[in-house]
Amino acid sequence: MRIAGKGLIDRTKPVSFKFDGKAYQGFKGDTVASALLANGVKLVGRSFKYHRPRGVLTAGSEEPNAMIEVIGASNQTPNVRATVQEIFEGLNTRSQNRWPSLRFDVMAVNDMVSPFLSAGFYYKTFMWPRAFWEAIYEPIIRRAAGLGSLSGKHDEGHYEKAFAFCDVLVIGAGPSGLMAALEAARAGADVILCEEDRLLGGRLLADDAHLDGKPAGEWVAAVEAELKALPNVRIMPRTTVTGAYDGGQFSAVERVGLHKGPRPDLPRECFWRITAARTVLAAGALERSIAFPMNDRPGIMLASAVQTYLNKFGVVPGKRVTLFANNDGARAVARQLMAAGVTVAAILDSRTDASAVEDCPVYLGAQVTDTKGRLGLRAITGTHVGGEFALETDLLAVSGGWNPTLHITCHLNGRPRWEASLAAFVPLADAVPNLQAAGACNGVFDTLGCLREGQAAARAALRGLNIAAADAALPTAEGLPYVIAPLWQVAGKGRAWLDFANDVTTKDVKLAAQEGYASVEHMKRYTTQGMAPDQGKNSNVGALAVLADTTGRGIPETGTTTFRPPFIPTSIAAMGAGGRGNGFAPQRFLTSDQASRDRAAPMIEAGLWYRPSYFPKPGETSWLDSCNREIGYVRGAVGVCDVSTLGKIDIQGKDAGRFLDLVYTNTFSTLSVGRVRYGLMLRADGYVLDDGTSARLGQDHYLMTTTTAAAGLVMRHLDFVHQSECADWDVRFISVTESWAQFAVAGPMARALLNGYLDQPLGDFPFMATGAVTVGGVQARLFRISFSGEEGYEIAVPTRYGEALFRDLVARAETMGGGPYGMEALNVLRIEKGLITHAEIDGRATAFDIGAAKMLSAKKDCIGKLAASRPGLIGPERAQMVGLKPLSAEKITSGAHLFIPGADLNRVNSQGHISSVGYSPMFDRDLALGFLVNGRAWHGETVRVVDRLRGIDVLAEVCDPVFHDKDGEKLRA
Amino acid sequence: MRIPCPLCGTRDRREFYYYGSEDYLKRPSDQGMVEDLDNHLFLRDNPAGVMRDVWYHEAGCGAWMVVTRNTISHEVLGSELVAKQKEA
Amino acid sequence: MPELIAKTALAGKKLVVSGTVLAEVDHGMVSSIAPYPGQEDVVGNALKPLGFGFPAVNSFAMNGVAMIAWAGREQAFLVGADCPDLSGLAAVTDQSGGWVSLSLQGPLAVQALARYVPMDLRLVAFPVGMAARTPLYHMSMVLLRVAEDGFRLMLFRSMARTAWHEIEVALKTLAARAA
Repeated sequence: MRIAGKGLIDRTKPVSFKFDGKAYQGFKGDTVASALLANGVKLVGRSFKYHRPRGVLTAGSEEPNAMIEVIGASNQTPNVRATVQEIFEGLNTRSQNRWPSLRFDVMAVNDMVSPFLSAGFYYKTFMWPRAFWEAIYEPIIRRAAGLGSLSGKHDEGHYEKAFAFCDVLVIGAGPSGLMAALEAARAGADVILCEEDRLLGGRLLADDAHLDGKPAGEWVAAVEAELKALPNVRIMPRTTVTGAYDGGQFSAVERVGLHKGPRPDLPRECFWRITAARTVLAAGALERSIAFPMNDRPGIMLASAVQTYLNKFGVVPGKRVTLFANNDGARAVARQLMAAGVTVAAILDSRTDASAVEDCPVYLGAQVTDTKGRLGLRAITGTHVGGEFALETDLLAVSGGWNPTLHITCHLNGRPRWEASLAAFVPLADAVPNLQAAGACNGVFDTLGCLREGQAAARAALRGLNIAAADAALPTAEGLPYVIAPLWQVAGKGRAWLDFANDVTTKDVKLAAQEGYASVEHMKRYTTQGMAPDQGKNSNVGALAVLADTTGRGIPETGTTTFRPPFIPTSIAAMGAGGRGNGFAPQRFLTSDQASRDRAAPMIEAGLWYRPSYFPKPGETSWLDSCNREIGYVRGAVGVCDVSTLGKIDIQGKDAGRFLDLVYTNTFSTLSVGRVRYGLMLRADGYVLDDGTSARLGQDHYLMTTTTAAAGLVMRHLDFVHQSECADWDVRFISVTESWAQFAVAGPMARALLNGYLDQPLGDFPFMATGAVTVGGVQARLFRISFSGEEGYEIAVPTRYGEALFRDLVARAETMGGGPYGMEALNVLRIEKGLITHAEIDGRATAFDIGAAKMLSAKKDCIGKLAASRPGLIGPERAQMVGLKPLSAEKITSGAHLFIPGADLNRVNSQGHISSVGYSPMFDRDLALGFLVNGRAWHGETVRVVDRLRGIDVLAEVCDPVFHDKDGEKLRA
Repeated sequence: MRIPCPLCGTRDRREFYYYGSEDYLKRPSDQGMVEDLDNHLFLRDNPAGVMRDVWYHEAGCGAWMVVTRNTISHEVLGSELVAKQKEA
Repeated sequence: MPELIAKTALAGKKLVVSGTVLAEVDHGMVSSIAPYPGQEDVVGNALKPLGFGFPAVNSFAMNGVAMIAWAGREQAFLVGADCPDLSGLAAVTDQSGGWVSLSLQGPLAVQALARYVPMDLRLVAFPVGMAARTPLYHMSMVLLRVAEDGFRLMLFRSMARTAWHEIEVALKTLAARAA
């Protein structure tokens, strides 16, 4: 029911939306909850376990009952709090955890058998027989459990993430936060003000407070206008700070488009990482309920929520309101309701010494002992000092007191302190470095006190930043003391709920204590109290008070569970914004990329790079056809392949050779200028880090190549070795991977191709030589190296010429019966030649394992040398690299295990594994590289290759890893 | 978490690569004892309190640094360039 | 004789969103200069004819189209000018093709970068004339502040398309927010 003249909604802008298929109308500024309540809808959800009919309890993000699904074109978002979701034209929502409908829910049968469904029911019931665990119990439990549902499709929505920095972060824009922001902003500090609601003002607006004798809204508007005009202030409405982290970092989630519906390029949410030098936490407080019998019916709300709906939305969801409270706060709510023309049936004050003077009946010493109305409250009964009472009422507003919203102060492991005078936990100072709590979240509940606290916290922050305070004047405001007499539960025969979201009652907590789960952490896990989307915001304090009662310990001794981030349910999509699909990692493209795609080459990912897999030709039916043809280019004519992805590190200086001697196992200082040498690099622990060739371009100038996979790793390693061991040497190095486009030209006709293409024909250019050449006048580098076993060259030009060079080389190769080759062919070519990649040097292999022990120079030290000689890293017990040739034409796979024929196929008997496999047209069968225990002693023997995942069981001959041209005659031709 | 780079200033933790204890800066040479390598490579104190680790400003300037921090309070107490020790 | 055609990473691409301009800049020659121990001052003197010395940590200097920018520990990039002979004084490499240079200028520039750059971009922390090595999302970057609302970005050439795409998304997102 709407109240004329009340609320901060825009009554000139009606908005229609859907709930459970039915269209409703609200106004701009309404939440789904306020609009439904205005339309007389009380039943909005079903509870988690008993499927109890539930209505709206709160007016904020802590809502435990009114959780709905929001259905978008590409999104279906479950467990959205109807109290937070703003309505917009076309919004489509539905209730959840009910079937077939919200009013008639079959699973409500759980409520009938509730005596059997108490805490620990699952643990006790689904124990035996064991065989039922996975097949029967789990599917049943999973179907019955859960609240909302997902669409099962990818969330195609657009999400954003961002970084922000400030001097002072103010969390919350109620009286404390606004005052803090104003003070800090006027002093000139960079301020970020985060407010969860769409409007600044916090409880000033909800309470209909007065400042300087005028409605508080006027003061809020003036402060907002001033802050907005200042260049050093960023106001972030609809932004909830969700976590505090080390170093003054905070996470926050902003609802950017959730209240607008889909629009092009507009993100749904933005996940912020805010770094603040100082922080003022002004998050306010959350009202709590009282655990009286049958306290969960639709129509029973928190008093502060009733007040919020009245003052912010102009809605009173009842015609005859009753208030039940243990503190003075509810009195103001009753007066405001009456002033708005609403009938207040009674105020039920649990205290005997409170005032009985109001414009409505007041029952002192009152307790509600039962309620009626399954789908909406109709009546309540109870006791008071004068006896019993029974009241017809359709809205019961409850206040059990206030809990400071101190969650953020616990995120770095701080524990709150119990303050008996407030019957609440309050934050410890310095629980989060450089953060100060102010106002209600610090246990100060009156408006004037909040304003003072906000200002003081800002001034403390400014002092820490060495900024002079601004002396903003405080407005005059109410400063009433907070008077409360704790009331946690009311005895009675009905169930009394503590945790509405997870259906935990006082009985469950008592049962937990009786069954030995008396510590607060155990009670939580046994009953699941506090484990629902509201994370116990509505129930933690009440539950541990009941636990304290039951065990006879006090609340401080009972303690509280830990609050952890995030403060509100936060979508993973927001946290991972931008990370889906191609956003997961940068894509690195070769200069030849377009040329390869022009030839319809499918691309495969090699680290971040995209490399052509193969270049299909008409008539070829599979990748293998193309691969075999491309292998033929290299073995029979000439092939061209873009190898720019290999890491290239330019190393210069008088000590460059000495530096290479330190990082490589073998010696490079003795390499002649104009020559290339293969090098092996070890980690500090003696295992192989990487391999590659390094060329000596000049007396003090080397060019190192790394594998594609380890380019970054090697750079980090070189930086470490240089800075930790020889920062004073005359050596400097930098990656030139991206500066040069490099192409392999390999095959018996490679030299002929180059001779016809380079500006000058090659003279004497032996294997492992390097030199400067020109092509079309462009300076290029030529290396005679081979990853295929054929006569091979790699030619490098400055990257801007890469595409042109690739197209030229390929065109020339094609006139000679050759052409481009891709990764598939490259892989087979190198396996045939027994050349390793990171499939072999996978971090577990030593130089000894790959048959390169002789590459460890005895004449000098190098990184990893001593470590490589540790016992266990050399010897017959090591799995050593071997070649494997299947006895038949059957397929084998990498990852397959090796067994001695006749041995049982179990883990213990595995003698090694296959690291690489390729089909060799030359041998007309798969060839493999693998690691076999004492493998070099097994050449000529037969092993069993078993891959149970792929159903492979093949006999193979163990041989030398070099299958093709063992003596390198072709290489040196 | 924020880490002060002696060159770039305080930056987000995501810019850095973590290696391990500063013990890694004292590599035994090939004249050392194999037995000492276990200490160097694997055996570490796990102090509740001040700890010195080696970090790399990988997404930044490429400097290796020793960062002193408190494992209880998570407070970062300072950082110095690894190279300084050799250049000085 | 073959004729090789040179191509920049993005062929001079340009995008305007709500008055903010993202454009590829043809940076010409880029040389990395890494002075050997103790040679920084001598290298600085050798650069003087270009109108600047060797840059201090986190800084850059411009003179016409020529620029020198700190680009990491003990190294700087000389952009838009031929490198003088520094043999024996510094390690010099040609980095021209290895990078793509982007200019980002306009009212959305700072906020667009704040979507990906984890460092403090406020003017007090990152004033005009400052250079930084910091990532753009997962990409290595040299970031220069050329104006209050203007930046020069240098990224690996192979990642140019991803970098462009990310910044474009950020700009369009910011424009949609303001709409």
